[in-house]
Amino acid sequence: MAGSSYEKVDISQAMVVEPTASADWLVVAPIIITLLGGSICLMNRKRTVIQPLLGISFLVLLVVSNIYLLRHVIEQGVVTMVMGRWLPPFGIAFTVDKIGALFCLVASVVALAGAVYGMADIGKSQRRYGFYPFLLFLLTGVSGAFLTGDVFNLYVWFEVLLIASFGLIILGSEKVQIDGAVKYAVLNLIATTLFLAATGYLYGVFGTLNMADLAVKAADYPVGAPLLTIGGLFILAFGMKAAAFPVYFWLPASYHTPNIVVSAVFAGLLTKVGVYALLRIVVMVLPMVRADFAEVVAWMAALTMLIGALGALAQSDLRRMLGFLVVSGIGSMFVGVALGTAEALSGAILYAVHSIVVMTALYFAVGIMGRVSGGFEMRRLGGLYRYDHAFSAVFFILFIAISGLPPFSGFWPKVILVDASLETGYGWLAFALLFSGFLTTVAVGRVWLHVFWRGGREGTPDGVLDVPGAAARLAFVPADQRVMLGSLVVLVVLVMYLGLMPEPVLAIAQDGAAGLTDPARYIGSVFGEGG
Amino acid sequence: MDVALAVTVGLFFTVAIYLLLSRKIVRILLGVAILGNAVNMLIFNNGRLTREIPPFIDVDLMTPDRLTANPLPQALVLTAIVISFSLFAFLLVLGYRAYQELGTDDTTEMRTAEPREAPNPPQGY
Repeated sequence: MAGSSYEKVDISQAMVVEPTASADWLVVAPIIITLLGGSICLMNRKRTVIQPLLGISFLVLLVVSNIYLLRHVIEQGVVTMVMGRWLPPFGIAFTVDKIGALFCLVASVVALAGAVYGMADIGKSQRRYGFYPFLLFLLTGVSGAFLTGDVFNLYVWFEVLLIASFGLIILGSEKVQIDGAVKYAVLNLIATTLFLAATGYLYGVFGTLNMADLAVKAADYPVGAPLLTIGGLFILAFGMKAAAFPVYFWLPASYHTPNIVVSAVFAGLLTKVGVYALLRIVVMVLPMVRADFAEVVAWMAALTMLIGALGALAQSDLRRMLGFLVVSGIGSMFVGVALGTAEALSGAILYAVHSIVVMTALYFAVGIMGRVSGGFEMRRLGGLYRYDHAFSAVFFILFIAISGLPPFSGFWPKVILVDASLETGYGWLAFALLFSGFLTTVAVGRVWLHVFWRGGREGTPDGVLDVPGAAARLAFVPADQRVMLGSLVVLVVLVMYLGLMPEPVLAIAQDGAAGLTDPARYIGSVFGEGG
Repeated sequence: MDVALAVTVGLFFTVAIYLLLSRKIVRILLGVAILGNAVNMLIFNNGRLTREIPPFIDVDLMTPDRLTANPLPQALVLTAIVISFSLFAFLLVLGYRAYQELGTDDTTEMRTAEPREAPNPPQGY
């Protein structure tokens, strides 16, 4: 209860004055780098030429720091840093385990790719409106959410990334963007408010908001109305953030409206923060609640996957189709939460990594396609295969990856999730996974058929090539726009790497999943040496 | 006191959800504001309402020797108020801008991003 005493806290530890080990600063480095970088970009808001360079150099710094953070976590295990030596559970602790570090790294790589892509995609006026500062602040929120070990602090990071994403989504202020932004903003704000309500109840029941402390206390707490209310609210709130059935409608309504690079970064990062929060709070802190809600989450997962795939089938605008593919992927990650075994969770983590990279790459690719062929409407596109073979190959790789077919990144997480579902006795969930994969294959296969193989716009007879400017190849993309191809290629190489060499990332995911089902190391890190 | 505040929170939630279910943006925004306040009071109530003794600890003690007010919910609520206030301000501007640009504040009429007559995807090759 609120106000209870904590005998186990050794007060003498709070008097330690020796400085924090310098490697531990890596835990807060992502926040410092992005906040600092964002502020400096903001100061240079009107210098549209140097602003991208500033933004990109800070993001490079972020990637490097996150690589070291991941290495540090792999060597040291879970690392905790406490603000101002206020020992847990009193101070705000930043606790990073392998999942947090891995997600942080992938998020920063994707954001870096987005910043480079944005050099060509984002015009001068939009730079003045603050694309780069918002991107960096978005990363502050995302990294903070991945690193924090405090539930209320998680709420604060959610709001940080939310306000930055508001800025990004209305960049350009077109009619369509404002329409999308209204739905995005209102529904996301309601979701975070529900999250806050659940946090309030959590505090009322346990008198603490430190995740490790909560995990210890919740283990002995009887499962009853209070815990189930809290769990239900968390699942609803994070489901809404992650765009899971039945609260996913904001995503297809808004993700096709902003600049394509903004859509790409959103599709990569934002929904996964919701999934991560679900893994951290519902799976790790409140495992008995997860077990009670397993059936509900399983249905949410299956319906999200199927509705996402069916929605993708029903779209003619490629950007809107991608929005539904994001939703479908969220369903697969929810399978891991529904099953709750270490194997299933490792599958969900691997799927999240795959989804971050592949969805961003798909938006990048569609963006380039829209630029060279002048639209996103499937009926009016065509002949792209003759237009450029290499670019078509990139698309083909991404299509295979998103469908979950071998040999690229979507295959392994799906194998693990199907295997885990069969082992836990959820045969129908395995079927839903495979069936949604089949529907996704049909959806992207149709894009391939119409946009790449057909000679021109709809109605072009077979064997005729009718593309305006077909002689021009992608190599003739203006030189200042070739960076877009560069960042796309980097992500595609990552997709191939994740598919052909899944072992290193899988090992991290498995270890992270083991830490979720048995948080002893997490708790030990917070209450052990205290930093 | 707890019960009275709990009932008030419940009423706030009722009003907020009623307004959120409306089709007009203005009413939805009012609902969002009331929802935020409902949650703030909920946190406050969850910190337990005690007599108004400030949480000071005597010099020679490690813990307070009597029941004091709980300072943490106040910190949480203060943070939440600041955040929800700024986001609400943004939403108000966005709602006004949407009304100017789209010419309606009825969410069922706001179909610019998802037009009703969007073409079906190609049905055959």
